[in-house]
Amino acid sequence: MKREIINIEKLTREFTMGTQTVHALRGISFVINEGEFVTIMGSSGSGKSTLLNILGCLDKPTSGSYSIDGVRVKDLSRNQLATIRNEKIGFIFQSYNLLARTSAIENVELPLLYNSKVTSEERKERAIKALRMVGLGERLNHTPSQLSGGQQQRVAIARSLVNDPVMVLADEATGNLDTRTSYEIMSLFQELNERGITIAFVTHEPDIANFSNRTIVLQDGNIKKDHINTDIQSAVKELNLLPVEDQ
Amino acid sequence: MRVLNLIKIAFNAIVLNKVRTLLTMLGIIIGVASVIAMLAIGEGSKESIRSTISSMGSNMITVRPGADTRGGVRQDASAMQSLTLEDYKAVKNQSTLLSYSTPLVNGGGQVISGSNNWPSTIYGVNPEYLNIKVVGLSSGSMFTEAEVQSAAKVVLLGQTVVENIFPNGEDPVGQLIRFNSIPFKVIGVLEEKGENTFGQDQDDMVIAPFTTVQKRILAIDYINQIMASATSEEVAPDAVLEVTEILREQHNLLDYEDDDFHVRSMEELISTFSSTSEMLTILLVAVAGISLLIGGIGIMNIMYVSVKERTKEIGLRMAVGGKGADILLQFLIEAIMISITGGLLGVLLGLGSTVFIENYLHWPTSVAMYSIIVSFAVCAITGIFFGWYPARKAAALDPITALRYE
Repeated sequence: MKREIINIEKLTREFTMGTQTVHALRGISFVINEGEFVTIMGSSGSGKSTLLNILGCLDKPTSGSYSIDGVRVKDLSRNQLATIRNEKIGFIFQSYNLLARTSAIENVELPLLYNSKVTSEERKERAIKALRMVGLGERLNHTPSQLSGGQQQRVAIARSLVNDPVMVLADEATGNLDTRTSYEIMSLFQELNERGITIAFVTHEPDIANFSNRTIVLQDGNIKKDHINTDIQSAVKELNLLPVEDQ
Repeated sequence: MRVLNLIKIAFNAIVLNKVRTLLTMLGIIIGVASVIAMLAIGEGSKESIRSTISSMGSNMITVRPGADTRGGVRQDASAMQSLTLEDYKAVKNQSTLLSYSTPLVNGGGQVISGSNNWPSTIYGVNPEYLNIKVVGLSSGSMFTEAEVQSAAKVVLLGQTVVENIFPNGEDPVGQLIRFNSIPFKVIGVLEEKGENTFGQDQDDMVIAPFTTVQKRILAIDYINQIMASATSEEVAPDAVLEVTEILREQHNLLDYEDDDFHVRSMEELISTFSSTSEMLTILLVAVAGISLLIGGIGIMNIMYVSVKERTKEIGLRMAVGGKGADILLQFLIEAIMISITGGLLGVLLGLGSTVFIENYLHWPTSVAMYSIIVSFAVCAITGIFFGWYPARKAAALDPITALRYE
């Protein structure tokens, strides 16, 4: 029996806008087990951002239950949610969200700064290890402005891994990158997934979904499709198939 | 550990925004520096005002015999004979709040030199008189204690007397003159003091040893007055009480008996002094308060902009596990660091400009330790106070909104 990382049951989320109530999520249920690479897809307005916020413990459901790594999120306070985010979740954003004029290593250290159990030596060690894992072992002291978009996203991925999360949450992580770099990043995700890291990847690009082993498609706040991908494509292979760019 | 990390984060943020931080600090730096420099100038002028007022004899205390209150024809106080040399000695030996004291006898008469003469008053005193009246000599020297003992026939003349009996401008020192019929040798001339506040000419006087005046001119054995100076303006009222106590003892007065003498201090001058310095202090404190307030508003402004500008960063920090309190502390520490560093630089600049003012503008200055401590403390408190609001605003941000903020 695989360990359940995410367990969602009859989850709803409503927003009140003036007198109108918007039903962003209308009661969805699914389970994500350890080691899965799930893409969550849907057009804009389908509720995928809302779902991502709830999965990331940035928002709380209106009704239904959500557990992450066995912890029920519904009853937690603002501060307890922050601790969950700090210890269990790694975030990757479309626009990288790195601190400007701050070295790669310090950017990666950031989540550990909010964890008082980690000493400063350990912090540094873990940051270097995470940067090596994403292939940036040679660029520890570069600031974001000295790095390409793909490299910046790698720093962000290293940052999401540094706290040993139970799940990495990526929000359109390839949205700002060209096809080649997207594939490079996806091959990194596949590599990380092979090492056993659970990934939830929100995207609206169908070809990205081909690299994951499961896809959940949302429409109007409901799950339209939830299927296991039997034909997983290798990002490395796709990368090699791309025409070589003229230098 | 956690606070240490937050200090590190705040420090990094300050270093990353060097120019902006420096500009923010400028308000505090100038505020603190101007407070210190202004208080130094204020204290300096206060001291020079104090010495000016002191030279008017503001700490002077006089003892006169009380007017006769017995039946019959009542006598004027100056005709009373109840104050003696013994009283003077008792006051001199027993008092603790007096710096100088002298007995005083005086009598009117004609000052004569050759064919010139002038009606004046002769004051018999001891050498401490000059210190009490805060008057110097324009030439010659004061008589000595030995000359007092021997009742030497030496005098010092006031400017008005000199002008009238030596109209041709000859040097009076060393000349022989007569007071009434007694010959005196002039050994010095008093500095010009002008009129006092009541329009009395303070230069129309002759000074001689009190023994000489007592024995050779007035032929009396009592004294007319005791003059003394308190160690400072502030203790003058206490000195009055002390002298009163000593003299009551000396005169064997019983509890129900009234004083047979009057002890007076220069209350009007003292109150002038204290109201002047009070006004100066209020003025300076007001100016100091305003400049620190402006510095504080500067900090608030920049912190507010900083929070707005770094909304996305705050969102990210929250997403990776920063709690509201962490964010609040981070910005508060940043504000405090800016204000304290600014305060330190301000103290240095203030001290530097004080030295400059002293040496190049030649204004009297005096740096008060309290001005450094107070202005530094106030600017640290200002940092906390004005950093609090923006920091709280940052901590209250919703992480989702903050992350999406452009």
